[in-house]
Amino acid sequence: MISATLLGQSLLSGIFSGCFYAMLGLGMTLSWRYLKVINLAHFAFVLIAAYLTYQLVGKSGFHPLLVALLLIPLFFAFGVGQQALIDYYKVNEFASVTVTFGFAIISEAALQWFWSADYLKLESHYLRGSTQIGTLFLPLGEVMMALIAIAMCGGVWAALRYTWLGKALRAGLDNPQIAASFGVPNRQLSYLVAGTSGASAAVGGIFVALLFTLAPSQIFAWLGVVFAAALLGGLGSPLGVLAAGLLLGISEALTMAVIAPAWAPVVPFTLLMVILLIWPERV
Amino acid sequence: MSDQSNTTASLSRRNALQGGLALAAASALPAIAQGTGPIRIGSTLALTGPLAQTGILHKIVGEIFLGQLNQAGGLLGRKVEWVLLDDQSKPEVTRTLYERLLTVDKVDLLIGPYATGSILSAMGVAQRYNKILVHHTFGIPSLAKYDMHFPAWPIGAFPEKTVTNRVVDMLGGKVKTVAVVTSKFPSVHFLALGARPVFKERGIDEVLFLEFEFGAKDFGPIAARVKDANPDLLFMGSIGLEGNQLLEALEKLNWTPKNHFYTYPTPGPLALSPLGKDALSFTAYEDLPPLNAAPGAGEFGKLFTEAAKANNIAYPYVETQTGASYSAWQVLTHAVKETKSLDDKKMSDYLKKNGAPTIIGKVRFDGPNNYGDDLMRIKQVQDQRWVLVYPDEFKTPGAKLIIK
Repeated sequence: MISATLLGQSLLSGIFSGCFYAMLGLGMTLSWRYLKVINLAHFAFVLIAAYLTYQLVGKSGFHPLLVALLLIPLFFAFGVGQQALIDYYKVNEFASVTVTFGFAIISEAALQWFWSADYLKLESHYLRGSTQIGTLFLPLGEVMMALIAIAMCGGVWAALRYTWLGKALRAGLDNPQIAASFGVPNRQLSYLVAGTSGASAAVGGIFVALLFTLAPSQIFAWLGVVFAAALLGGLGSPLGVLAAGLLLGISEALTMAVIAPAWAPVVPFTLLMVILLIWPERV
Repeated sequence: MSDQSNTTASLSRRNALQGGLALAAASALPAIAQGTGPIRIGSTLALTGPLAQTGILHKIVGEIFLGQLNQAGGLLGRKVEWVLLDDQSKPEVTRTLYERLLTVDKVDLLIGPYATGSILSAMGVAQRYNKILVHHTFGIPSLAKYDMHFPAWPIGAFPEKTVTNRVVDMLGGKVKTVAVVTSKFPSVHFLALGARPVFKERGIDEVLFLEFEFGAKDFGPIAARVKDANPDLLFMGSIGLEGNQLLEALEKLNWTPKNHFYTYPTPGPLALSPLGKDALSFTAYEDLPPLNAAPGAGEFGKLFTEAAKANNIAYPYVETQTGASYSAWQVLTHAVKETKSLDDKKMSDYLKKNGAPTIIGKVRFDGPNNYGDDLMRIKQVQDQRWVLVYPDEFKTPGAKLIIK
């Protein structure tokens, strides 16, 4: 008989995983929908940001908040730069998979060159420990990550829904020529989306460094499940990717707790297939 | 037929052209009988991909060994070269690259890759070309059917029984319950599955058995189940970082295992993490007395530590992986030296009959599937360093086995 504590703790674990998938999936879903770029380099950006966090926090002693202030604009610029290159070389949606995959592979080699293939763990006192509520434990790092992921998804959703920029972006997506005739700066908006995607990768990378042990080969560790979250959530939908991330994370966690951990990897793709079968217009 | 004859033929042409040089070379006749130019030893390693953290250790060891070997004159009077390719931690890539090593690079000898899956791939290629294959850390002896494979990893023919029995002997009846949690990575899965009946036979109650996929990232629910089961011993079939990942998840639940054993942990992260305190594992070698009293072991340990630090390796000490790696090179070169030949069959016959001395100890190949004695010992993390704790005759001076 499964205990309520085990069930509750696993549910919490699933919520944290789901928020993490959403944090990584946000940039991916935005660039896929609004830029027509299936950006596998997003995962490379995440890991590069994680290694830079390791270096700056773990080796140089900077506070993670200060590192965030440095990395978020830096990766915003990386995102813009990547989009400028994609525009310049007129890379289409399908070719973007190959191009950005290539960038990710090169990044893996570069990370290994600079930091070695060995595992690196950021041993820091920031966000360590757990707080207890009843019989359940809430790890501070995961709680902070989940709150920021929710804030990011909610913030981007609100910006798309309620601001002129968001409306312009959606108008540009529907019909770029007509939108441009109304003064919508499509190119600048695409750079804004790419920069936002890059900035979200920086935030994801900071939490990867704080919560996980680093290895260059981890670049695609979350690729499958983040892809599933982006597709399930509906491309370009920040709240959708959050909801899908939570669905996947909780399903995986409960599968591990109730059935067996070995079945957990099957869950995201089974869900994806089932939902696409019964609701094909979702994507 | 190896490329040895081709090398000899090209030597004859060169000699004809260079005339008098042959006279000067006469003093090296035995070597010339084997060919000239460097002896080329081919292998792959997991230099990228999920096993690269350990692959890089094997690379460092190979470079150290060949540096020492060439400084001492090489083999059969010839320098030795290592043709090393990156198999990306993928057994299917390994298979292709070993084919390439033999057919394109035309290496004289092979040495094994890392890890079990890739070694099995290389073994298939070696078998097709009748090449001897000495390898370092193959984990499933029952799968190694090739007649000319030679494991330098001395786990015996039935490690799933012998290793677990040694662990239970070491526990001395203090442990009543066990949770077996295992990755589905083949070599560790095999050990964990084999351990279960041993625990049962020895009267230790299994309160939890869990399997998870290699590459899993979320250990939260697994940790919750381990905590819920509250075993006296956590026996983890783990490779690489999996042990650390579970311990980190357990820490978040404010729970620490009383006793914990890991099959193939990457040595650095577990030893250096505060969570790795008192962790147990098995080992063929550590750069500690009395094991490092073997001839050449001290010098190797010193060189490895220097090289590992230069390569930013967090745990810069020779341990079981690197010890087995060095031993594999010792086995291969011992066979060449003793047979004065690069003939695979001759070397194979010699090794089966005589075994080879290594820093790990005398390795024999005369048992089932060319496996000899189980030379594995048990180590424990104490003060962020692996030390030997069992059996008593191998115990590191000053170390004391901690079982709660």
